[in-house]
Amino acid sequence: MTGPKAMEAIKDFVKSFMLIELLKGLRLTGSQLFARKITIQFPEEKTPLSPRFRGLHALRRYPNGQERCIACKLCEAVCPALAITIESDVRESDGTRRTSRYDIDLTKCIFCGFCEESCPVDSIVETHVLEYHGEKRGDLYFTKEMLLAVGDRYEQQIAAARDADARYR
Amino acid sequence: MDLLTTISEQGAAVLGPAWPVVWTLVKIVAVVAPLMACVAYLTLWERKFIGYIQLRIGPNRVGPMGLLQPIADAIKLVFKEVIMPSQASKGLYLLGPVMTIMPALAAWAVIPFGPDRALANVNAGLLLLLAITSLEVYGVILAGWASNSKYAFLGALRASAQMVSYELAIGFALVVVLMVSGSLNMTDIVLAQNRGYFAGMGLNVLSWNWLPLLPIFVVYFISGVAETNRHPFDVVEGESEIVAGHMIEYSGMGFAVFFLAEYANMILISALAAIMFLGGWAPFWQAPLDLGPQWFWDWFWLFFKTFLLVTVFLWIRASFPRYRYDQIMRLGWKIFIPVTLVWLVVIGIWIQTPLNIWK
Repeated sequence: MTGPKAMEAIKDFVKSFMLIELLKGLRLTGSQLFARKITIQFPEEKTPLSPRFRGLHALRRYPNGQERCIACKLCEAVCPALAITIESDVRESDGTRRTSRYDIDLTKCIFCGFCEESCPVDSIVETHVLEYHGEKRGDLYFTKEMLLAVGDRYEQQIAAARDADARYR
Repeated sequence: MDLLTTISEQGAAVLGPAWPVVWTLVKIVAVVAPLMACVAYLTLWERKFIGYIQLRIGPNRVGPMGLLQPIADAIKLVFKEVIMPSQASKGLYLLGPVMTIMPALAAWAVIPFGPDRALANVNAGLLLLLAITSLEVYGVILAGWASNSKYAFLGALRASAQMVSYELAIGFALVVVLMVSGSLNMTDIVLAQNRGYFAGMGLNVLSWNWLPLLPIFVVYFISGVAETNRHPFDVVEGESEIVAGHMIEYSGMGFAVFFLAEYANMILISALAAIMFLGGWAPFWQAPLDLGPQWFWDWFWLFFKTFLLVTVFLWIRASFPRYRYDQIMRLGWKIFIPVTLVWLVVIGIWIQTPLNIWK
């Protein structure tokens, strides 16, 4: 080794013996000890949700109480997890095409939101509800009645989220 | 002290020849019970401290500020099923955790908590410590071998090789301390630190071994981290490689005992560092008022210094990535042992010159 290279080697040697790099590392972590903590204590505090948040599914109705779904089965076709099962029928009262069965198996669902995107009448939507659970097998198999009930319950929230996002749709 | 003498005399009167045994047992409980509490709360402090460094807040659900968390953990572990591998060697399998925790607790016999407060103020205290802490490795080997699992066995091989290697560095470091204090008695080692050049100038803190023996202190501490198989030297239980190493076949209380031993060892290594390099029970500064009895302050300063050092253990864990195994061996054999050997000679010569600052 010649001049500058040897100097460099000696410098490295001294540096590693003085534990310089290690002390730098300790200083960095030590400074974080007193930094503001970013933990959000979940049940008491919650993060803001985007209007596009994809949570529990719901089937919506028109303001007059008429269910929106026209049984076009686009959602069923687009669902990558094959979680949606639809059967359609002619409704006795007015002869329109309606679903006689609309089931989503939430244990299969991957919450991709394709069903919501594909829906021509904004019927199937994903709400901001994320705290739900099933206690036994089958509890997360949502039928049409259950989905409509979710929609009825959170209609205001759902509509607000759609309004907030309307400009970009 | 008067109270203790009274109890002692009363006890001797009531129990007669059986009294010394009972009294010793009482003293052992008085040391081990608080130690176990410290171990339990060290786990909480570790989780809190590392959490804070990682911008989290750590456990805070069980009890106020998570203060009951260690108790919940202990209850959980006690009630877990103990599963023994059917092919395991039963006796050795059960002996493993016992052999691991025994040295960690037995070593406290010679730790002085004050000028006249030690379970056993033996003359060869340092030697006893070295001997007892060396037994630690047998627990690991037994556990790894008796589990009859290749992962446990590999973990035990790694652990024992690492512990034996770093024991040498620790041994040499302690020999240097022994040279400058001229005694193997732990109490004398502490007292010797308050003599010397700086102490003569009234700066006792600078006279403690940490400054005159700074390289040795660093080597001792890092070796201590390796000896206890803590991060960044925890290849023994490297999750990505061999899961929990020699502890892998243990569940419930068996595992908990290994866990206790690891933390008890951390406290022991820190307490030893406090005694040998940071002046033991001697105060950083004299309390301005005569508050409380002297024995409390002795105890408090030792506790405080140990606490600081244990916190450095955790700080290191939060900062550094794991060493590769060959790097660990290189550090132990090719760096620490030569450094301590050279320093041993340097100090030996230094003591013989007129510049000796330890007189």
